[in-house]
Amino acid sequence: MKITVDFDRCQSNALCMSAAPEVFEVRDDGFLYILIEEPGEEHRATVAEAAMLCPTQAITVEG
Amino acid sequence: MMSRVVIVGASLAGVRCAEALRRHGHGGPIELLGAESHRPYDRPPLSKQFLAGVADRDRLWLTRSDTAFADQDITHHPGVTATSLELSTRTVHTDAGSFPFDSLVIATGTSVRRLPHAEGAPVFTLRTLDDAEALAPKLVEGVRVVVVGAGFIGAEVASTARGKGCVVTVVEAAAVPLERQLGEAMGTACAALHERNGTKLIVGTGVASIEANGVHLADGSVIGADVIVVGIGVVPNTGWLEDSGVAIADGVLCDATCRVVDAGNSVVERVVACGDVARWPNDRYGEVMRIEHWTNAVEMAEHSAQSLLGGTEPFMPVPYFWSDQYGTKIQFLGRSTGFDEVRVVDGDPAAGVGVALYRKGDRLIGALGLNRIKALMGYRALLVDSVTWATALDHAGLRT
Repeated sequence: MKITVDFDRCQSNALCMSAAPEVFEVRDDGFLYILIEEPGEEHRATVAEAAMLCPTQAITVEG
Repeated sequence: MMSRVVIVGASLAGVRCAEALRRHGHGGPIELLGAESHRPYDRPPLSKQFLAGVADRDRLWLTRSDTAFADQDITHHPGVTATSLELSTRTVHTDAGSFPFDSLVIATGTSVRRLPHAEGAPVFTLRTLDDAEALAPKLVEGVRVVVVGAGFIGAEVASTARGKGCVVTVVEAAAVPLERQLGEAMGTACAALHERNGTKLIVGTGVASIEANGVHLADGSVIGADVIVVGIGVVPNTGWLEDSGVAIADGVLCDATCRVVDAGNSVVERVVACGDVARWPNDRYGEVMRIEHWTNAVEMAEHSAQSLLGGTEPFMPVPYFWSDQYGTKIQFLGRSTGFDEVRVVDGDPAAGVGVALYRKGDRLIGALGLNRIKALMGYRALLVDSVTWATALDHAGLRT
């Protein structure tokens, strides 16, 4: 599974971080960092929730 | 399962519910009825980036491609307004014919409250894409804008108008803006953003009338206006359900699993509701609630789809909302209803940066952040676990 974030859309609401903190982190600079760009299957459920909750639909999960 | 699902309402909740039904294996027809003529769109940008002119229509669409509905075998009927529900024949009647169903999703959302005004008064509201497209070109440098209502929508419109160089006044009848949502101290902290950013805020004064020359206040003063935006809340769209047999009380009443109930509080078979229109008992808080926020529409759409497909889990989210004003991100997790104490645990929200926690009894029930995104999200897991106040203070690095 590969995660891409459209940083033009991202508004740093950090709902992704609340769903999958091991994969997404919004730091104190206000920007989102992807900690694991190609996470393993054990992260699929939380990553899917992160994508669902993103208010700007900035997260795409492939594979 | 090849039963037919009719979804009334094609905004965020309705669209996400349709997609969730497909994703979870519903094989029968899905008919998505929307009163508006547009392709389904997202509302949060309407008062922010779209109103500011930095995002166009392409940023609003809820589906990322124009073939998304066809790809998922979802039939979207734009411009179709439901007029009544007949449970005996399981039929939704509309202004464009009747739609029989096996299962029904009620997701008709809300409409803005309006105020009477004189003919010729430059009055606007902001709920729909059409509203935003009418208002956006009026917000240009030097224009005098009066916003009636200092809630989140009013505050975001004021912020956007200031960003475009307008001369902005916000009028609020209550003494403290957002007091019902955030309490007095934090309502005051958020309202301070207006004055710090050059917007005049008038509180504790009701509107007497809206005339062609501006807003006339109860104290006799007149605020001249070229543009008047009324943002005084919304009402659930339940008119089409009157006399249908489903229970209505400031929204459509549901049980804890999003199944709609009748006046006797019995579940109506295979009818669910989600989004702004739905009121349900959230067992996490022991509170019957109706939530008008984006994240709840998404989560409740998902949950109600699973309930229609046989799920029996109660829907008990930790609510979340955010608001972007004057470059400050306001975020709230959980609830504030009936709180006993608000404590600032980080920074100083009154100065525009910080976190405040809400206590009820011995429990943490809510957390507010201003421009403290990462710190605030650290409280979500604690709210999900309904931790004690002492645990929350430990997390904050404080001791009771």
